[in-house]
Amino acid sequence: MAEAIWLTLKLAMVTTLALLILATPLAWWLARSRSAWSEVVAAVVTLPIVLPPTVLGFYLLIALGPQSPLMAPLRPLGVRTLAFTFEGLVIGSIIYSLPFAVQPIRNAFRGVGERPLEAAATLGAKPLDVFWSVAMPLARPGFILAAVLVFAHTIGEFGVVLMIGGGIPGETQVLSVEIYRAVESLDWPQAHLLAGGMLAFAFTVVLSLLLLDRRAVRRSQ
Amino acid sequence: MLWISRLLLALLALFGAAGGACADEVKVAVAANFAEPAQQIAQRFAARTGHRATLSFGSSGQFVVQIANGAPFGVFLSADRARPEALEGAGLAVAGSRFTYATGRLVLFSRTPRLVDSRGLVLARGGFQKLAIADPETAPYGAAAIETLRRLGLLDALQPKIVKGASITQAFQFVDTGAAEVGFVARSQVIARPGGSRWLVPATLHAPIEQQAILLQAGAGEPAARAFMAFLKGSEARGVIRRYGYEVR
Repeated sequence: MAEAIWLTLKLAMVTTLALLILATPLAWWLARSRSAWSEVVAAVVTLPIVLPPTVLGFYLLIALGPQSPLMAPLRPLGVRTLAFTFEGLVIGSIIYSLPFAVQPIRNAFRGVGERPLEAAATLGAKPLDVFWSVAMPLARPGFILAAVLVFAHTIGEFGVVLMIGGGIPGETQVLSVEIYRAVESLDWPQAHLLAGGMLAFAFTVVLSLLLLDRRAVRRSQ
Repeated sequence: MLWISRLLLALLALFGAAGGACADEVKVAVAANFAEPAQQIAQRFAARTGHRATLSFGSSGQFVVQIANGAPFGVFLSADRARPEALEGAGLAVAGSRFTYATGRLVLFSRTPRLVDSRGLVLARGGFQKLAIADPETAPYGAAAIETLRRLGLLDALQPKIVKGASITQAFQFVDTGAAEVGFVARSQVIARPGGSRWLVPATLHAPIEQQAILLQAGAGEPAARAFMAFLKGSEARGVIRRYGYEVR
């Protein structure tokens, strides 16, 4: 059980970190592009919310499998499939939680508006400097919201992991799958214990999210 | 295509219910791996008796939780023997009504032709990276697969290659998508499927994979529920079950 908890936390941390790095340029572009294409991309990014996780997982199983053209570049390295690996779970989790990272960051970048950026540019700041010293600090609440949402969403992830995990202890056997197994094998005390722990955890996350939000609002007033 | 037929069945059931339940109806909880034969049996049951059997498909473990919490099922077709036994022990089912309606057979399957030989020697020889099985703790086919490997003396050697599906359906998916090159699946899953390569695991290598049915308390007073149990034991239903690759005593 301790192994499953640690694995779940590790998956959530790696996914959160990876998504913050990947989602930031994407959200920046989506927030500032005037092209109609940006809404098409935004719609694609939102799709994982609509798709049932097991459907997403099933196609990931195929996409990460030995017949997939996407896996061709990895084949010379001796990798046949990324299913049943921790790396595969990270890829699945990134896709699954992508909208939860992109949306808050995009909204935060939009909220910053043009004027602070233009002011910085007028004062002689280079574009990259404007981004790091002005846009990023102003959009910080969006990043915090994204990180908390992605972390919590990954902790509770079930359908995708079930489809591509293969239940390998210490590698892909996460907490939500453990709960499912406990219920399936009629081990209800264990299921209650794990589910209760998760509930307490979720409550803590949501509460701290709300408190952070309140603090941010107070500071801006 | 399967989902279309399921959708049609669900719609039929819905309209039937709206039209007023004149003939007796029995709600049957069916282990998902038995969905197709159960649909055939339900059709024949309706034609022969005039009663209607409404089928719900799900995992056996979930059904036990639902039944323990008042689900209105009259009959439970489990994928194993332990869960009906547990229901009987807890007084949630009619004592003495439990019987084995189908016995499953285990097949070592690969979609790659000639990878699996007719004696299963591939297990000792290797030549694959992943071996899919159903979770031995929750699925009888998984437990049978582990028992077979242990009997062959290969469990320790193959342990690192084993990946577990949450159910036998998922173990089959792993093999069918090629994510795992070989896997222990149910004969019922591959009996209608040409190609690939397979080894029918001798029944002597593991305890029988018994799927048991039981009459639940909600169905104790329902004539349709008792009629369904009787029909399931009859030669017509047994013929259907056998055609899907199960053994029937």
